[in-house]
Amino acid sequence: MTASTVLRRLLQALPTLFGVVLIIFVLLRVVPGDPISMMVTGESTPDDIARLRRAYGLDQPIPMQFALYLAALARGDFGTSITMKQDVLGLVLQRLPATLELALCAFVLATTTGMLAGLAAVRWRRHWPEAAVEGASAVALAIPEFLWALILVLALSVALPLFPSSGRVDPVVATAFHTQFYLLESLVTLQPHLAAELLSHLALPALALAIPLAAIIARVLRTALLEAMRQDYMLLAQVKGLSPNAALLRHALPNALIPTVTVAGVQVVLLLGGTVLVELIFAYPGLGNMLYRAAVNRDLPVIQGVTMVFSVLFVLLNLAVDLSYALLDPRIRQA
Amino acid sequence: MRPRWNLPLLLGGGGVAVLLLVGLLAPWLAPHDPMEQDLLAQNLPPFWSAARDPAYLLGTDSLGRDLLSRLIWGVRPALLVMLAGTSLSGGVGMLLGLVAGYLGGWADALVSRTVEVFMSFPPMLLAIVLAAVIGPGLNTVILAVALIGWTRFARVMRAETLKLREQDFVLAARLMAVGGGRILFGEILPNLTPIALALLSLEMGRAIVVEAVLAFIGFSSSDIPTWGGVVADGRDTFNQAWWVITSGMACILASVLLLNLLGDGLRRATQRGDE
Repeated sequence: MTASTVLRRLLQALPTLFGVVLIIFVLLRVVPGDPISMMVTGESTPDDIARLRRAYGLDQPIPMQFALYLAALARGDFGTSITMKQDVLGLVLQRLPATLELALCAFVLATTTGMLAGLAAVRWRRHWPEAAVEGASAVALAIPEFLWALILVLALSVALPLFPSSGRVDPVVATAFHTQFYLLESLVTLQPHLAAELLSHLALPALALAIPLAAIIARVLRTALLEAMRQDYMLLAQVKGLSPNAALLRHALPNALIPTVTVAGVQVVLLLGGTVLVELIFAYPGLGNMLYRAAVNRDLPVIQGVTMVFSVLFVLLNLAVDLSYALLDPRIRQA
Repeated sequence: MRPRWNLPLLLGGGGVAVLLLVGLLAPWLAPHDPMEQDLLAQNLPPFWSAARDPAYLLGTDSLGRDLLSRLIWGVRPALLVMLAGTSLSGGVGMLLGLVAGYLGGWADALVSRTVEVFMSFPPMLLAIVLAAVIGPGLNTVILAVALIGWTRFARVMRAETLKLREQDFVLAARLMAVGGGRILFGEILPNLTPIALALLSLEMGRAIVVEAVLAFIGFSSSDIPTWGGVVADGRDTFNQAWWVITSGMACILASVLLLNLLGDGLRRATQRGDE
């Protein structure tokens, strides 16, 4: 895998991004309803309204507006928020770390539990761990994410007050941070009490996101491991005198990871998209919540900005998943 | 192909039929007006509690509205969104997938790229953007279901059509100079019916969840009782009236499970004997 492969895949993503921009533009500009009407008060004169329309480029013909919008995007200019009167890119980038930390925590939680469960089901095949993993993953997948989030709030925050039900951090300690990557910062600067406070807020939303992914990983890994166990190299490992644990981890697992990553990769993208809903339910101050506020206020530049950032993340994540196959599979790496 | 009855099909189909009936007969089944507030009867517990009021079988919410009536009337928006939303997403998605898979070339490229673009939006983001653009309401919810779901229909139908296109019976039809439209709808589509049905019931379950979520965050119609609305109302009063939110969640979960069961049953019933 060379740099040129990565670059080529990045270039292939450009038409998709152009389509994303086009759809967002069409959705938000061509449909009836005018953002300016949200901004004017009873005292605004027609002159004021015309000036506002000019300031936001809304007096231009539609194709011209699109060209202006593309040019502005290329300059990194996402516009100015109508309600917050601030640069949209700045606002979005300020919120992005919160969403990334949530998604990453959920991902780590899902992969570790999913992998351990999958391994346990195969290691103790035909004993209770296998049945437990099968049953738990079936339940995990049957209940929609929305309901999981509510179940977690009701069970572990309201009925049993173990975790806070909303927010990212206690507002009192929020001033202690210099960057927006609160969790990363508290870990790097060795402040375990801050990290613990952040993790207690992250626990429920991350769990809600992780449950379906963990279940899928456990299932696919179990099937792939069982397939690998039937191969001749496992017999050879046994003949060589490797313990069942060592054979499982050193020979079956690396081979089983490839199909697992293929299936889980798609789900990781869904996990990132799931943050929008989960942030709403847990009032977690990330991009999803910002989008919701912007939608309620019809703050079109912010909606465009958040959507663009999410789409870029999706495209990059898909690319990362593709490239990770090569990392795991020496046959692809050398090709 | 003779359908074979099986337990999931009977349970799922029966359950969905009951839901349809409840939705149709809501005005006659509901004991109260679902919007009527009785501020002297707030947060009344359900029938098994000692403090119950026999007039309110499942109790009342924080505004004293009869919970059972709200849940019964809530079947209507759920079913309406489910049927209208999946008809739209299924109709558009399947047609585009069929055409893309059968014609190939630029038609396939166009459809496939568009699917890719739509799949680079998180589903909830699409729904929220739509609500911002055309405002809250049932139409928004139906359109959101269609916008989110059509890509899955298109992808599956395209892949299946690609496989079928090279089969002998399609080639034979072509040799007999049967027109493209007749091959597509007369030869290929009937073979895709089982997979389309299974996909439809799966998407119907998703539609119910989308409806619930959008009602929960206040982007559905606020003039009618919805399950998502019941869940939102009950969330703040969980400590005083836990039965409000849990009964709303139970309705959503039960209907999703029934639809999944129906899909599973349909898949089993239409599988060919040799599979």
